[in-house]
Amino acid sequence: MNREELKNLADEHSRHLEGFTHHILVCAGLGCPDNEAIIAGLRRVVAEQHLDKQVLVRKAGCMGLCALGPIVLIQPGEITYHNVHPGDAEEIVAALGKEPVPRLLLSEDLPFFTRQYKNVLALSGRIDPESIEDYIAAGGYGSLLGVLTTMRPADVIRTVQESGLRGRGGAGYPTGLKWATVAKALGEKKFIICNGDEGDPGAFMDRSILESTPHAVLEGMIIAAYAVGANRGYIYVRAEYPLAVKRLQRAIHEAERKNLLGHAICGTSFDLTLQLRLGAGAFVCGEETALIASVEGRRGSPRPRPPYPAGKGLWGCPTLINNVETYANIAPIIRCGAEWFASIGTEQSKGTKVFALTGKIHNAGLVEVPMGMPLREIIFEIGGGIPDGHTFKGVQTGGPSGGCIPEEFLDAPVSYESLSALGSIMGSGGMIVIDETSSMIDVVKYFMEFCMEESCGKCAPCRTGTVQIHRLLTRFQERQATADDLAMLEELCDLLKSASLCGLGQSAPNPVLSSLRYFRQEYLDRMIPADTPGEANS
Amino acid sequence: MSDTILTLTIDGQPVSGLATETILQIARENKIDIPTLCYLEGLSAVGSCRLCMVEIEGSPKLHPACVTLIQEGMVVTTQTERLQGYRRNIVQLLFAERNHVCSVCVSNGHCELQELAHKLGVDHIAFPGCYPELEVDASHRRFVLDHNRCVLCTRCVRVCAEIEGAHTWDVKNRGMRSRIVADLDTPWGDSATCTGCGKCVHVCPTGALSEKGKSVAEMLKKRPSLPYLVANRTEERQ
Repeated sequence: MNREELKNLADEHSRHLEGFTHHILVCAGLGCPDNEAIIAGLRRVVAEQHLDKQVLVRKAGCMGLCALGPIVLIQPGEITYHNVHPGDAEEIVAALGKEPVPRLLLSEDLPFFTRQYKNVLALSGRIDPESIEDYIAAGGYGSLLGVLTTMRPADVIRTVQESGLRGRGGAGYPTGLKWATVAKALGEKKFIICNGDEGDPGAFMDRSILESTPHAVLEGMIIAAYAVGANRGYIYVRAEYPLAVKRLQRAIHEAERKNLLGHAICGTSFDLTLQLRLGAGAFVCGEETALIASVEGRRGSPRPRPPYPAGKGLWGCPTLINNVETYANIAPIIRCGAEWFASIGTEQSKGTKVFALTGKIHNAGLVEVPMGMPLREIIFEIGGGIPDGHTFKGVQTGGPSGGCIPEEFLDAPVSYESLSALGSIMGSGGMIVIDETSSMIDVVKYFMEFCMEESCGKCAPCRTGTVQIHRLLTRFQERQATADDLAMLEELCDLLKSASLCGLGQSAPNPVLSSLRYFRQEYLDRMIPADTPGEANS
Repeated sequence: MSDTILTLTIDGQPVSGLATETILQIARENKIDIPTLCYLEGLSAVGSCRLCMVEIEGSPKLHPACVTLIQEGMVVTTQTERLQGYRRNIVQLLFAERNHVCSVCVSNGHCELQELAHKLGVDHIAFPGCYPELEVDASHRRFVLDHNRCVLCTRCVRVCAEIEGAHTWDVKNRGMRSRIVADLDTPWGDSATCTGCGKCVHVCPTGALSEKGKSVAEMLKKRPSLPYLVANRTEERQ
């Protein structure tokens, strides 16, 4: 495929799509119930009324507002229906071109839609994830063709460096710097890996991106492989994401058939083979060295770094490993330029970030906002605030590796620096909203239990320390804790943070430490007063 | 690169070594004691017990001495109160994890965990014991595997895979449920790969692996001379 062929294909498919007067797009993500039945129902009604030539019913990726799903989008007109049931098909088809069904209609100017800045999610919910033609007609693979025909690898790396993009997996390492390191590393063979082992409770950004726009991730990976000189790559996805796996497999196959992957890509001398590897359900495999061990077919446990994967990764070869969302940012950066990307966000954190809003919040779902947006705006405007008249207590960012940010810091902008200064982390984008009915001790104990269960057992502090911290938290929960317990809790948190081998153990105490910082009174209230041993202070 | 001689300071003492050597190697060469448990000369270093963590000037993080290569001008501190505190806590956590009852252990008096506790001044265990119910595998003709005493250092796994070449041992499960297993979790006596060489028994730091017929405090371990074996083998290959 060359640029002309790509353009022809895009034009041809656009003409095909424009031939229909109405498009009905149905959210077909893993989280939306009954979407298969809704699509079948709509298609049946369209066929019965002989509207096949005018109305196109298509499955689409996630539209973000999961709390009100399944969502159906009608084009033209940007008419959004919520909580659609298979039985609504006739009404929806009947209303095409007329007044929308008021019962199902979502207001167009809902802050949930208007306050977002869609970059990575721009095509999510707008195209059929299982159609490469849809992606190409929307401008897809244009960046790749541009890169292959007009840019040298060093130019690509410079563009990514100038964009200021930082890793979206959580640590926020500068992506361009990582690419430059792998490009410079000596080695005949180099590998590229996409980390799709999203394991934080309450996080589903990567799943949604893989399910909605698998080709965007592939395009980013192909560009990255070209930039660093890798000819083989792996996409590591958890097996708990069957739909993402299915769509990725299909996307890889279609890209190969169109010569966008495989041997002599688009007639150039560049080869790239991509394969899927499924994770068997271990949180620690999201850690890069454990993930690499797992791809190699070994037990998924981390090893000390250095050497970093950029120098010695998969089978000892230089390896570029980035997160799903990081790769999904690449094609837009190439298409719109580094300057455009760098103009969004804050001084140190550029671009947009996808967050999975969950917990005690009205509009649970997937949102994308520019870096630097205050947490308050995300939670109370886009998220619609706390339901059932309850009040906000805190928001846990970064899942079991992050911390809980209380009300008084809600005006802090979301960026790598500000969240870290507040004792939390950006993480991969999980945001769990907690209201006043939840006890922080319960929340923190839940996350510690998660870390304890997911510890790989290799290093002594994490394997044994998480058990003891969990036990201490149980004592607080049962109001049996003493001042010694509190001191021991803090001592163990410090040990894990300083001495654990990998990020799992080093960040496991974060929820405890942040709750001790902001909600210390809850711990103190659950201690036995010094003068009345044996009785809880209730 | 590998023959470059570097100079550095460990605990105020000026020392030198090759760029391919670790802080631990250089420290031991110069009689500077850094406590270790999972490390054993001649085996690959995994950096998992975290007892050899040291401070390096200019770095906010701690570094495991067994896997950290030396650098020119490095200033290493191995014995601060903070490090000793972490080490004492790790040893106590290991004691609390399983059922380490020294008074009835075959390795009493010859146990590396016990020695570490003594050396670090651990005279009591601050954490309550987990007391897991663990099995003893006495199915092998000559040896016994007692999970109650295992600290998961994986020396047995490595010596069997790297030196004996049998790879009988590995680890199953994860976290606190991690267990050393023979083959694909078969009783040791049924293992089709075990050669019965006994190297695992003699590299085991505690009483987890012992010879049959040994009673309390009778299991004296004779560390096989691994560096010698490795060196000879490398020579043979050449």
